[in-house]
Amino acid sequence: MKLSTNFVKDYVDISIENEEELKKLAEDMTRVGNEYDSAKMLIPATKLVIGEIVECTMHPDSDHLHLCTVHIGKEEMLHIVCGAPNARKGIKVIVALDGAVLPEKTIKRGIIRGQESNGMLCSMTELGIEQKFLTEKQKEGIEELPLDAPVGEDPISYLHMKDGVIDFDLTANRGDLLSILGMAYEIGAIYEKEVKPVDIQYKESKEQLDFAIKVDTENCQLLLVKQVNNVTIKESPDFIKNRLIACGIRPINNVVDISNYVMLELGQPLHFYDSDTLQGKLEVRMAKEGEKLTTLDNNARILSQEDIVISDGTRAIGLAGVMGGLDTEITDNTKNIIIEAAIFNPVKIRKTSNKILRSEASNRFEKGLDPNRTYMAIERACTLLQQYADATIVSGMQVYDKTNKEDKKIHITFEKINEILGFVIPDDEIIKVFTRLGFTSKVEGRDIEVTVPQRRLDISIPEDLIEEVGRIYGVDNIEGKLPELPLKTGTYDKYTREMRNKMISLGLNETLSYILVSEKEAKNFVKNDNEIIRLLAPLTEERDSLRQSIITSLYKIYEYNLARGNQDVCLFEIGKTFYKKQEEYVEENKIACLMTGNYTLALHKEQVDFYTIKGIVEELLDYLGYAGRYSLVIQKENLPKEFHPGQSAYISINNDIVGIVGKVHPEVTKEDVFVMEMNLDKIKSKKVGKMKYKEYSKFPGVKKDLALIVEDKIPSQEIAMAIKKAAGNLLKEVEIFDVYTGKGIEEGKKSLAYSLTFEAQERTLTDEEINQILQKVMEQLEKKYHAEIRKKEA
Amino acid sequence: MEEQIKSMQEEAMQELQQVQEPKELNELRVKFLGKKGKLTAILRGMGALSKEERPIIGSLANEVRDAIENIIQEKEAYFAKQAMAEKLEKETIDITLPSKKIRTGSKHPINRVIEEIEDIFVSMGYDVVSGPELETDEYCFERLNLPKGHPARDMQDSFYITEEYLLRTQTSSVQARTMMANKEKTPIRMICPGKTYRREDDATHSHQFGQVEGLVIDKDITLAHLKGTLEEFVKRMLGENLQLRFRPSYFPFTEPSYEVDVSCFKCGGKGCNLCKQTGWIEILGSGMVHPHVLQMNGYDPEKYSGFAFGTGLDRLAMFKYGITDVRLLYTNDVRFLNQFNRKDVD
Repeated sequence: MKLSTNFVKDYVDISIENEEELKKLAEDMTRVGNEYDSAKMLIPATKLVIGEIVECTMHPDSDHLHLCTVHIGKEEMLHIVCGAPNARKGIKVIVALDGAVLPEKTIKRGIIRGQESNGMLCSMTELGIEQKFLTEKQKEGIEELPLDAPVGEDPISYLHMKDGVIDFDLTANRGDLLSILGMAYEIGAIYEKEVKPVDIQYKESKEQLDFAIKVDTENCQLLLVKQVNNVTIKESPDFIKNRLIACGIRPINNVVDISNYVMLELGQPLHFYDSDTLQGKLEVRMAKEGEKLTTLDNNARILSQEDIVISDGTRAIGLAGVMGGLDTEITDNTKNIIIEAAIFNPVKIRKTSNKILRSEASNRFEKGLDPNRTYMAIERACTLLQQYADATIVSGMQVYDKTNKEDKKIHITFEKINEILGFVIPDDEIIKVFTRLGFTSKVEGRDIEVTVPQRRLDISIPEDLIEEVGRIYGVDNIEGKLPELPLKTGTYDKYTREMRNKMISLGLNETLSYILVSEKEAKNFVKNDNEIIRLLAPLTEERDSLRQSIITSLYKIYEYNLARGNQDVCLFEIGKTFYKKQEEYVEENKIACLMTGNYTLALHKEQVDFYTIKGIVEELLDYLGYAGRYSLVIQKENLPKEFHPGQSAYISINNDIVGIVGKVHPEVTKEDVFVMEMNLDKIKSKKVGKMKYKEYSKFPGVKKDLALIVEDKIPSQEIAMAIKKAAGNLLKEVEIFDVYTGKGIEEGKKSLAYSLTFEAQERTLTDEEINQILQKVMEQLEKKYHAEIRKKEA
Repeated sequence: MEEQIKSMQEEAMQELQQVQEPKELNELRVKFLGKKGKLTAILRGMGALSKEERPIIGSLANEVRDAIENIIQEKEAYFAKQAMAEKLEKETIDITLPSKKIRTGSKHPINRVIEEIEDIFVSMGYDVVSGPELETDEYCFERLNLPKGHPARDMQDSFYITEEYLLRTQTSSVQARTMMANKEKTPIRMICPGKTYRREDDATHSHQFGQVEGLVIDKDITLAHLKGTLEEFVKRMLGENLQLRFRPSYFPFTEPSYEVDVSCFKCGGKGCNLCKQTGWIEILGSGMVHPHVLQMNGYDPEKYSGFAFGTGLDRLAMFKYGITDVRLLYTNDVRFLNQFNRKDVD
């Protein structure tokens, strides 16, 4: 809502002469809850003066510049070079003097193609008036003032354009401030000033209104109709035009301007019909499905049963609360007018305007209106039409009214106010706030009965009154303090934090990605029969479904980085994935990781491979306390299609699959990209015991190496398990230290070398003992895996 | 005999002068001082000496032995020192070559901000809670005094999944969940950081963004408490010297409602492009929990009162780290992520 300070001065006594005072008003309004985007003078320019071009010749070195001699009321004439096509001898112009500050530039004396220029002749655009408010003539050249404009005077005052404009960004509950009058009440409350009455005075003719109305829907609570005849269509007076411009509405002609002017002034949108295009009747009803209407902006609209329309009994002639119809609009030839003032269901108006078009009118209807204002507005329009369009006002008014116009009475106590604010405001200060707001209050003991006028639709419960007291009394005057609550330290998700820190310490960058992906991507990197969750109304097709794997998001981030030449990408994210199963929506907490490129950097590069990411998985699971309880499960046939079947596996803890790790399938990318994801809900469900010290042996362990040749296909982990099993509990550790295939080893076989550590808790082991165990191990391996054993010379 | 000893000493000293290798020293030690060495050989003739001569010769022999031994040890020490110097020289590397860099990981700026906020409120006794991102209309809107038909819950603005389910538009949904879960138990002190979603995506809005919600409910909670708490929070989070401004505003779930501005930390309030020349930056929404909200979620507004607040994490992260474009937070370019690899300044 743009506030013109000239306009509001009609109703409240304030003085705004310059930008500083304007900013002060804007700040004061902000402090009571009305934020603003900008506060500027309508014409934010200095050092302007009215001048007359007394001589105008062409510039000798230009085909379009003029050399103007300008009289500005001083003895000395000003020489100004001007490029406007309409610069000519005899016209009155706006001169920006040397040093003048205009919205886009500062004027400086100078030489233009060898000719001295001591100022600038201005167009309205250069003075900061938007193009949409200007005539074609105004847009093309410098502003031409009337010939009787007083040379040497201030042109802004002369044009009645000395006005301040504050563009407010209002809260949704303050529909009452979408009017100059509402603003006046608010400003009045701040500065303790009274609001002046609205000027309503017009004479009605003898002629009696002969016009029918009918309301056929509960979505219209109030409908008023008046007729005015014999209007003269012409240009509006300057004050109306300038105020409309200040408030951002383009002047059209006096009649149309008056309907807009009253809407701005009182907040009640009106609609004027050319009564000669109607059939003597106005009807409010819901539209028929598919009903057509061409609106004022010459757009053919197709309506639904949810839209409220105005009809003249034969056809729809207006989209209620949003925009009128084209063929009943006011034209230059209009003589007689039907004025409609109404209140419609705000929700319906909002739905229709969201669907079809947002307008100044719909913006006000959807916030709710005060029925008292509706009556005021229709009469205010009659007043102005009589005054500025020579209208004859037909006697009588058609009224359909189901509204409540009574003021609201709300009870509250002084104590309740102070209890909620946490501050003792003196009783008389509280009463004063209500008075300043234009509410009346009746005190009985500690109880206050506050009577709130209808215009404040936002106030209905005692807490609303407390807000008003806080607002006007000033929240700055209330001292903040901490609540006195029992001392304790709060709880937080330490698990996630520690996991995050662990992953970071492993050299991974934490990401934060979008959970929305395309439907096509939603099931990437998972294999299940869970349904994809889709949005009803997505913004784009690329983001219309919820991811089932975080890897999908990480992979997109990887692609983004790859395209920008970032080759070493090691990422992790802790987040959610979503699916639907049997009408149930499920959110899963997961951790995922993606690695590619080099893991160690500089001279000592090491490419990420499967074992790097496997290392990450193990580091994390060990850290979380699952050491010795997890394993990789190979299920080549059962992997999601995005995984390389020969370099991927499921991760299981206590024989329950909790995640997946592996290489991205070469069909997805040619690069070596490795990913993993684990379900944290599943992991956390597996209890971990407390960290506990276990006594270590005081006797040194004995190391023995064991080298053997087995079939290539046998996983090394399986051999290690078999060694452990055969060796029994004196074997403390089995570590593989070499894997070899190729020269010297038969095709289809591999050589594995293990280092075995034996240790007893209470004694030093003898060679004999260890050799016996080794013997047993070798026998088992030969039997089970046909392993060819080569005992290495120790 | 004295002559013999002296000339042997002479010889030994001369040979020791010639020594080039450390092993020669031991050879000389054996040659002159060993059991089969020259000194022993000479002293074998001691038997032929008189009683008076023996101690004199004995003491001379000892003197000579010590002298030779000293020289040998000196030489040994010299060689050892030289060998160490050589070894060190040989082992000298170009320490300016780059280190074996293990990748440094980094913490996402939004999670950094979340952890910082959590720490502040946890120290004040708040519990950090979480709630579903796939939320019901009931908790996201209805229980927060946003009945059907309210402008703030338009299909236009929210990502609905069904008529009933949507991606939560605000972490305020957790307010209702917390109240319902506590069933008139007080005090409630909680914050809930998390992801939220709205149906808009442009240069200044991401369709997914972070919010943190806070809620306190007890008997006798007042606006002054809200003010005091947020002052404490903002000063700890953004700086001791900042000014706060409580600006009356409107939210359906609080009454009275306030937006909280903080004096611009870039220009100090003089006006700059960050604060759009106003000197203030809006950072929080807050208010006293609306009596309808208390009522609807099981708290009698006659007995209990409370305050709630919420703030956008993306903006906080942007302020804190000078990030100029909200989209940087979600594109996850590693050149961006890598910059958040150290501890924050306390």
